[in-house]
Amino acid sequence: MSVAHHSNATPLIEVDHLAVSFTTPNGGVVEAVRDVSFKLHKGKTLGIVGESGSGKSQTALSIMGLLPPNGFVNGSARYDGRDLLGMPAAELNRIRGDRVAMIFQDPMTALNPFLTIERQMTEVLQLHRKMSRKQAFERAVQMCEAVRIADARRRIKMYPHEFSGGMLQRVMIAMALLCEPDVLIADEPTTALDVTVQAQIIELLRDLQRDLGTAIILITHDMGVVASLCDDVMVMYGGRTMEYGSAQQIFEQPTHPYTIGLLDALPHLDDDCDTPLRAIAGNPPSGGAAVPGCAFAPRCTQAQAHCGEVRPELLAFNRADETLRLRACHVPIIELQSATRVGSAV
Amino acid sequence: MATPNTEIAAVSQTPASTQPDPSGDSPARYAWRRFAQNRAALVSCAILGFIIIACFLGPLVLPYGFEDTDWLAISLPPGFANMHWFGTDELGRDLLVRTLIGGRISLEVGLLGTALTVVIGVAWGTIAGYAGGKVDAVMMRIVDMMYAIPYMLIAILMMTLFGRAFYLVVLTISLFSWIDMARVVRGQTLTLKKREFIDAARATGVPAGIIIWRHIVPNLLGVVIIYATVTVPGIILTESVLSFLGLGVQEPMTSWGVLIADGTSKMEVRPWLLAFPGVFLVATLYCTNYIGDALRDAFDPKVQ
Repeated sequence: MSVAHHSNATPLIEVDHLAVSFTTPNGGVVEAVRDVSFKLHKGKTLGIVGESGSGKSQTALSIMGLLPPNGFVNGSARYDGRDLLGMPAAELNRIRGDRVAMIFQDPMTALNPFLTIERQMTEVLQLHRKMSRKQAFERAVQMCEAVRIADARRRIKMYPHEFSGGMLQRVMIAMALLCEPDVLIADEPTTALDVTVQAQIIELLRDLQRDLGTAIILITHDMGVVASLCDDVMVMYGGRTMEYGSAQQIFEQPTHPYTIGLLDALPHLDDDCDTPLRAIAGNPPSGGAAVPGCAFAPRCTQAQAHCGEVRPELLAFNRADETLRLRACHVPIIELQSATRVGSAV
Repeated sequence: MATPNTEIAAVSQTPASTQPDPSGDSPARYAWRRFAQNRAALVSCAILGFIIIACFLGPLVLPYGFEDTDWLAISLPPGFANMHWFGTDELGRDLLVRTLIGGRISLEVGLLGTALTVVIGVAWGTIAGYAGGKVDAVMMRIVDMMYAIPYMLIAILMMTLFGRAFYLVVLTISLFSWIDMARVVRGQTLTLKKREFIDAARATGVPAGIIIWRHIVPNLLGVVIIYATVTVPGIILTESVLSFLGLGVQEPMTSWGVLIADGTSKMEVRPWLLAFPGVFLVATLYCTNYIGDALRDAFDPKVQ
């Protein structure tokens, strides 16, 4: 497939036909990501959405070169024209943490319990910016203040367990932004936090992006987070891209049964309290054997006879405006829209 | 830069004000303060310090040499009147001075040997565990091979080839004691490297060497310290076995291990020959254990 983007500028991140697979101890192969492509431009936010096991985290980890030894990657992931996959470790180490940074899902486990926050932050600066410990300290304090940690100069000398989860996620964000990276990959940054703190973190990310112009890849299964933060959205299922478009288009006019299901699963404020939650029936595929047809077909309410046999191509189609829209589904949009309650979601 | 959010500021200040104030504390000073709160460890430090000072300075001020025999004072029981506070052995040698001289050897062997064991074992274990794959396989097979080699054979070989020297005793003992440490450390490293903060460090571009040194080794501290405190007595006892076989220190030079082995055979008629060196050894071992415990607690930021 070809992803011809509307913008002519070189994208910051360009992922092309990315495939990630894992060998299992008994000799099998699990394909976690199959043929995923996307582009990310400066200052933009791309949301990657999907259920657990849809391959969204593995996409991010492979870009960062963090796959375990039994993970194999195909295709390319270029940062600023340079392919990150298969790059020598020393060269990759100069890019990650400096130009491309990552925030992890659970801040409680993503910080070293034996080092003070300050030591973990200054390490990054000493490594990439060759700052002295003192300079690095000042910069770290400054960054902690930017993510609104009160009394940063004092608190930065504490250990991770002396912070709350929300505060630690702020620390993680501050750490990731220390070198003012061009790209920030956030792997479910709000999943481990409670709802009020989630809102604060999302707001923080939005403010920081506005001030620093960082491009963000936001991995989440929370449609609400996507709605409040993302420019573009890529919906993934079974390791493949199901639908791609601007956030507004995806929410207003979803064109894939899976996206419709995801949006429909959101509880609505105007529902009665006793309205049952609308779940997508069934479970996501385990990722083992490759299915000949559409991965979503077994759970799809609109599935047709050939959906399980022939895989729908991810094809571009344009609605009214000129922005890129992709979908992988056999069912024509018109039929989908008449069959489902499109537009009622959100 | 960002618009100050009063709501968030208010939320974050509440826990801040109730926290103890650690400002201006380096982690080392922080650790020291917690160490100093451990009464048993402080007492242990004092006792161990006293034993070390006594062993190194005592023989200089005592009127007897450790090899001087006194035919008029054979097998004297301990007493202040006869000026042999710890008594004498069957050759009329003063037991106090011999215990102190023996302590020099035992302490040096025990502490140096343990230090070497820790350094080699931790380096080997972390590298094997962190690298994984083929590197790990090769390194751990070497460890397995070391288990198969009888250490006594190597000890005899070393002593006959290079002559009998103190540093060779230390080297020979460490040559075999690090393999246990390496196994323990590797196992811990394997679980540590799957923790998310190691991934996070990799994601910030930290090279492997620094990850091992700064992120893995501190997290191993608890295990290593506990294991090291068990290693000290092990090494002191191994030295006495080597000495007993004529591979370690030689008469008239002595060590606690030698004195204890000697005293055990005469404990029914001259119990002091066993009691005094035994008390010194046991005191040292207790002290290292308490200090090790306290060190582990002091460096673990989660134990308050």
